[in-house]
Amino acid sequence: MKILVAVKRVVDYNVKVRAKADGSAVDLVNVKMAINPFCEIAVEEAVRLKEKGIASEVVVVSIGPQQAQEQIRTALALGADRGILVQCEGDLEPLAVAKCLKEICAKEAPEMIILGKQAIDGDNNQTGQMLAALAGYGQGTFASVVEVADGVAKVTREIDGGLQTVALKLPAVVTTDLRLNEPRYASLPNIMKAKKKPMDTTTPADLGVDVAPRTKLLKVEPPAERKAGIKVADVAELVDKLKNEAKVI
Amino acid sequence: MSILVIAEHNNSGLNAATLNVVAAAQAIGGDIDILVAGSNCGAVGEAAAQVPGVGKVLVADNAAYANQLAENVALLIAEVAAGYSHVLGASTSAGKNILPRAAALLDVQPISDISGVESADTFKRPIYAGNVIATVQSSDAIKVLTVRGTAFDAVPATGGSATVEAIGASHDTGLSSFVDEQIVKSDRPELTAAKIVISGGRGMQNGENFEMLNSIADKLGAAVGASRAAVDAGFVPNDMQVGQTGKIVAPDLYIAVGISGAIQHLAGMKDSKVIVAINKDEEAPIFQVADYGLVADLFVAIPELDSKL
Repeated sequence: MKILVAVKRVVDYNVKVRAKADGSAVDLVNVKMAINPFCEIAVEEAVRLKEKGIASEVVVVSIGPQQAQEQIRTALALGADRGILVQCEGDLEPLAVAKCLKEICAKEAPEMIILGKQAIDGDNNQTGQMLAALAGYGQGTFASVVEVADGVAKVTREIDGGLQTVALKLPAVVTTDLRLNEPRYASLPNIMKAKKKPMDTTTPADLGVDVAPRTKLLKVEPPAERKAGIKVADVAELVDKLKNEAKVI
Repeated sequence: MSILVIAEHNNSGLNAATLNVVAAAQAIGGDIDILVAGSNCGAVGEAAAQVPGVGKVLVADNAAYANQLAENVALLIAEVAAGYSHVLGASTSAGKNILPRAAALLDVQPISDISGVESADTFKRPIYAGNVIATVQSSDAIKVLTVRGTAFDAVPATGGSATVEAIGASHDTGLSSFVDEQIVKSDRPELTAAKIVISGGRGMQNGENFEMLNSIADKLGAAVGASRAAVDAGFVPNDMQVGQTGKIVAPDLYIAVGISGAIQHLAGMKDSKVIVAINKDEEAPIFQVADYGLVADLFVAIPELDSKL
């Protein structure tokens, strides 16, 4: 079974991002970039399925600027077999990304597509669901366990209040939640090997996808600040404040 | 304008999150209808008809919708949505699963997790873990939105008298099937609906120590949450996670215990009315957002707090 994994180049999760003073955009000058953490979990899951002998090939695709090659190389160092860069300038909307991925699926015919549940820049949580809709596949979103047997993927999903398990016909789309796995660190020999793994480049236009945006970013601004509070000396004072000042207990 | 609100429910009762979504729909303005997709869900339709300001409740009662499988429900929504200018759902695990799928079927770029309505086509939403608020304008003919419940005060559950209409549409794609569900039974309120939330972080050291928080929660009628660090460390399950990648809460009182205050946690709780932080590290960033900070060893402070309540 071939698995396609989508990865996104995003601001590193340790960076505290700010709006530019003129409110036109988020300030991303000289900011450290990395593979989106949920995408890394997706790569790890695919590689584990290959190590178990369930997957035969892991293809990793990224839709982004030329530098997104770095994130594809990271995925290759974790154990993916080859990469595809869909090169574009600017940030594509999830609908456009889903359309590009659908075309890649048509060419590659994977039986499973694994994506992160959301990217930590736009926090949209949409692409996997939209790809599944466009391709006519089932979807197992927010996965914490993935099992594959007899052409069926059993996916345990993190839902409000607990867990839900669904069975999906293959091909299917899976999006990863935090507890699905803990990604490995790439070893130096694997990082070196990853440099020799094949990587193709294409564009949305080559794929025949119209990526014209449907939304316009009018403004970005910092969130409302909380005013600084006070330190209390002990538990007795805390309880007193909560009862008599804040009146919340 | 005509707005379709997707009801969040469990086939027997209407989830309170729907009331926040109706509030967001009222902020947009226009006729509001509610779609209930479920199985043996007549009671939900009746409850939805009681919500004030709702014109019509459409009930699709079919086995294919029993477990809110996205493949089936999204097809139904895409079909019903054709007559509306807006489709709104809650930013819950069900809403986030289904709405983007329905939007793709409509060739619409949805807008997730709106926290404000500027006009019928322009909305505010948090990005980058809530470090930035974006104002976004949609040019799609149908606006598909998920609503951050804590940003809109719920409308009352009763007082309305909408008409209830059955719709016969049955969509079973056969792409997926329900296997089972493990829902944690608890007498405590749900995290996103609780008036008081007490959360533990990595400082709790293990899952057993969360019992200390449970005891306080029971006295206060609170829900118990956790930071991502506590979830990652395996102390507690992920559905307790408060933060960018977990649940967004905004209770009257939020008590953070042994939580340092990583950006991604703050994103999930900083709209709480009153925040209390208990942490032994006085430099912890959580104190920058806390109304009341107590620098103390939680293993001393929490039992003491328990005894004083």
